[in-house]
Formats: sequence, structure tokens, C-alpha cells
Amino acid sequence: MEIQLASECPPQEALIAPTASAHTRLVTPGEVIYEDTSYMRGHGTYMEDGKQIASVAGYVTQVNRLVTVTPLRQLYQGAVGDTIVGRVTQVGGGRWKLNVNSRLDAELKLVNVQLPGGEQRRKNVEDERGMRNLLSEGALVCVEVQKVGQDGILRLAARTTKFGKLGQGVLVQVSPSLLVQDKQRMHDLPCGARVIFGANGYIFVSPTCDQDQALSYTDNYEEVGLEVRQTMARLSNCIRALSKHSIMLSPTSVMAAHDASLQLDIAVKDLLKGDVMRDIAIATLQSVADS
Amino acid sequence: MVDINLSEAEKRYIIDGVKLGIRADGRGPLDYRELELETGVLDTANGSARVRLHRTDVLVTVKMELEPPAPARPNHGKLLFFVNYSGNAAPEFEGRGGDELAARLSGVLERLYSDANAFNTAGLVLVPGKYVKAFYVDVEVLECGGNLFDVVSVGVKAALYATRTPSITITGEDGGELEFNLSDNPYDVDRLDVVNAPVLITHLRVSEGATVVDPSIEEEQCAPVSVVVGVAPNSSICAVHLLGPGTIGPQTLQKALKGSSTLGADIHVRLLAKLKQEENFQGRRIRGFLG
Repeated sequence: MEIQLASECPPQEALIAPTASAHTRLVTPGEVIYEDTSYMRGHGTYMEDGKQIASVAGYVTQVNRLVTVTPLRQLYQGAVGDTIVGRVTQVGGGRWKLNVNSRLDAELKLVNVQLPGGEQRRKNVEDERGMRNLLSEGALVCVEVQKVGQDGILRLAARTTKFGKLGQGVLVQVSPSLLVQDKQRMHDLPCGARVIFGANGYIFVSPTCDQDQALSYTDNYEEVGLEVRQTMARLSNCIRALSKHSIMLSPTSVMAAHDASLQLDIAVKDLLKGDVMRDIAIATLQSVADS
Repeated sequence: MVDINLSEAEKRYIIDGVKLGIRADGRGPLDYRELELETGVLDTANGSARVRLHRTDVLVTVKMELEPPAPARPNHGKLLFFVNYSGNAAPEFEGRGGDELAARLSGVLERLYSDANAFNTAGLVLVPGKYVKAFYVDVEVLECGGNLFDVVSVGVKAALYATRTPSITITGEDGGELEFNLSDNPYDVDRLDVVNAPVLITHLRVSEGATVVDPSIEEEQCAPVSVVVGVAPNSSICAVHLLGPGTIGPQTLQKALKGSSTLGADIHVRLLAKLKQEENFQGRRIRGFLG
């Protein structure tokens, strides 16, 4: 057991500053940004009594006359077409409710799910009763955002074979603001593992397997080998290290962290230590900047 | 304690990993995560310690009172434990939700310190049969991220080590009532001898023959039963407590006890070394809760 004294830990310094301006201005909800009404209101602000006030805690960014406040930490807002990973919380009534790191649980309707063994099969009563056999509480799924409802509830769909139930693997939860915009969310990394970078901050690390086997609705309990487990543990620990230091997560940065940890000869379990995480973060930033 | 839902496939992955000797985050079965410790965080208590292990956060305070002794033990001081699960720790601890677990933990701590070899209450007597020192140890669980028993036991030992009470002398007798004088000198203090105080090690029984130490929240979802072992600095086992519904086979129990013996001795050596190091730190700045 490694015991660290609080007096030994150096104060946590940010490794990177938010982009946009050299002078970052942090605001808290209710703080007045500008008293000028000529500025355009962006996200994270509102007008009251002729003053522009911040509605979230974050830093102020300004582009010409548009002032926005970007929150430092936020829940997943939802965007149509995003690929996300969710966990089932409720089953029934022709739909599943999923926890997707948003304000409210998202909805996945049975009609929007492509059932195994049939392209556009009509859903009947038996299917509705058998919903639990497909996905029960706690199941992890990879889905697509179809619509962002007025009430904030996301409507999801799993219409192609790309989406569906996820099998064995490790789920890492990070802030959605750390995920880069990427059309392709599922990546088979060269180190021998598959990573799904869910836009909502839920990242799923799993062993590589064939495409059609990957997202079927039957459970695959085949034992995962030792080598693959080492890689998956290393990857998930690297992702946690990067997220702790607010570094953007993408296949490139995660692979850079993974390679750095191998180069520096760090054992997988040592990646859980605070100072090692910092070293990895610095090494990743350097290698991403170099390339 | 805290419930998160995992899918069957995730659970299978974790259980298989433990059987193969590599856990989901790369640790071995006897590996702890990094523990952070700080004593003297509260001025209002005679001794205090705050311990953090990943997402588990515990505050332990020690206060001394002068009281008449327990009728059955007129020549012994008192050491009393009170555990409170703060409503902030987990949603299920709101109101009286955490009372049952708290009572369980207090009971284990009392058993742990009941033996004279662990903590000698005979040395806490002021006037035999009339006035003894009573130490009230209050444990506040601020955040529950799994593995509470181990963290609390380390916190209790650290807080007792850091306890300083003003030295008390009897100045005279006035009409049957004794008069005490508490020393004003901040360096004229009494300390407690906790060198032999034991710590707890929790083993989660994942399957027959396979237990893991310091289980993460995900691992705790995969198995209901764990065994908590109290270990003294000389490697002897001084308490065994079964936690959760289920059974542990004799061979698995033997293996867990043997593992705890060596691990416990190592933890004690490290803990004492760190406590001494913190004590000798001149001009230490208390980081507390906001640093």
C-alpha cells in the first residue's frame, strides 16, 4: 500500500490552459460579464437588467461581438448523429431508458432497434414481452442519437449492425468536453484492443473481435486472454490519466499515452499513481505536439 | 454499499480477470491503490485525520473527556467509536439509511481495540475508580467509493497517533471534589501509544480460491461476500469479520488470512513511517479540504 501525505503532494497545476485568449477570465453563475448591451449573447449567458450575466461556471470566450461562457465541466448535451454508449436503467413499455450522462435518461424505442435475424421486421407483442431478453437493466449499448427532444430527453436508435449490445470490456467515464469531434467513434487500435469513444464521455474498451460478432444481442462469455487484458488495463488507465489532466481524448492521444507508458517501462498498475499519471500526461502532450 | 449496475458481460470480464491474476485496472490480488493521509485537519479536536483512497473520503476526530469509569472496569479508561455515514457519501445514506452499516463498523472497531495488546486503556486512569480519560473517536464518512473498513481503520490509527491532550495534574481537594489543572503549555502534552493498534484488510471473495484486496466499486458489484481481517503490526490476526450474504470456503479463508498477515505488517511499517515523517515536518501547511 502506497501512502502519500497531503503535505507531500504538490499543488495540482493545470498542464494546459483553455484555448482562445491569453487572458482567461473565469466566471461563476450570476457574475456580470459585461454591462454593455451591444454584445451578442452566446451559450452560457443571459441578459438581465441590461447586463450580461453568466449562467454556468466556466471561462469567457469572445469572438468579435459574440460572448460565450464555456463550462469547465458539463453533462452531455446531445447532438443528432452522435454515437454514444449508454447503460440501461429501465425496461418496458416498448422502450428502454438509458443513462447517457445527460440531464435525463435517454429513450431507446424497440421500433428503432434492429433485431437480430431480420432487417425490417415488424415488432409484435412477443417482441415487446421479450425486450428483457435483448437488453436488461445494467446492459451497455452503443447507440446513435436520432433526435434531441424539446424536454431534453435524447431519442436514440440502433438501426444498423454497427450499434447494439456491448460485450466484455471496461467502461471509463470522462467528461464529454474531452472528446474530439470524430465521425468514426469505434476504433480498432494497433495495440490490439477496440475502443469506442462515446460522444457522451462513456468510453468502452474491449478486445477486438469480428464485426458481426461484435454487437450481437447474445452474450459472448469466451474468456479473454492475459495479453489482451494487459493491453485493455493499460489503455483504460491511460485514458483515466489523460482525463484527470483534461487532455483531449482521441485515438491518437490515447495511443500516444499507451506508447509512452511502454517506452517509460511503467507497469500497468503503476499507472494508477498520481505522479505517474502526470508523467504520462506530459509525455502525451509532448508527443502530440511533436507529430 | 454504493450500487452501480454492471452488465453480465462486464461482471464476467472482471471475475475471469481475478481468476487469471490480473484485475480490470492491472492490479494483482494483493495490490492497494494509492492512499492519501493528513492529520491535524481540525483545531477543535484533540486529534484528527483525513484519509482518501480513490473516491473514498473519511474524516476521523478524537476528543477527550474526563469521566467516571465504567462500573465493571474501574481501573481502565474508555475508547468509544461512533461512525456516521454522511448523506453526501451516497444517496442511500440519506436520513437514517446508513445507520445499520455505521453500527456494524463501530462494532468492528470496538472489537479491534478491545484487546489490551492493541490499545492499553489501563494507562488512561487519572484517579482510580473516580476519574478516567475517555476518548471519543468520531468517524465521518464523507464519500463512499468502496473499501470503507480499511480506510477507516487507517484513519483511526492515524488520528489516535496525532492526538495530543494537555497534561493534567491534581492540585487539591475542595470539599470532597477534586481540583484539576490543565497545562497551558502547548508542548506539555500527553500522547497515546498506538504503535500496536491493528488495521483492517478487506478481502472480496470473487470465487473459490480467489480473493482480492481493496476492491473497486465495479469489483464489489461482482461478488456479495467479503471478509474483513484485523492485522496487528506483528503480523498476528486479531479480528475476522464476515461482510455480506454468502459463504467463504475454509481454503479460501486460509489463503486470505495468510495474505493479510504479510500485507498487514507491511502496511503498519509504511503507516508509522509516514506518520513520523509528517510529525517531523517543520512548518507544515495544513491542506485540509480546500487546498
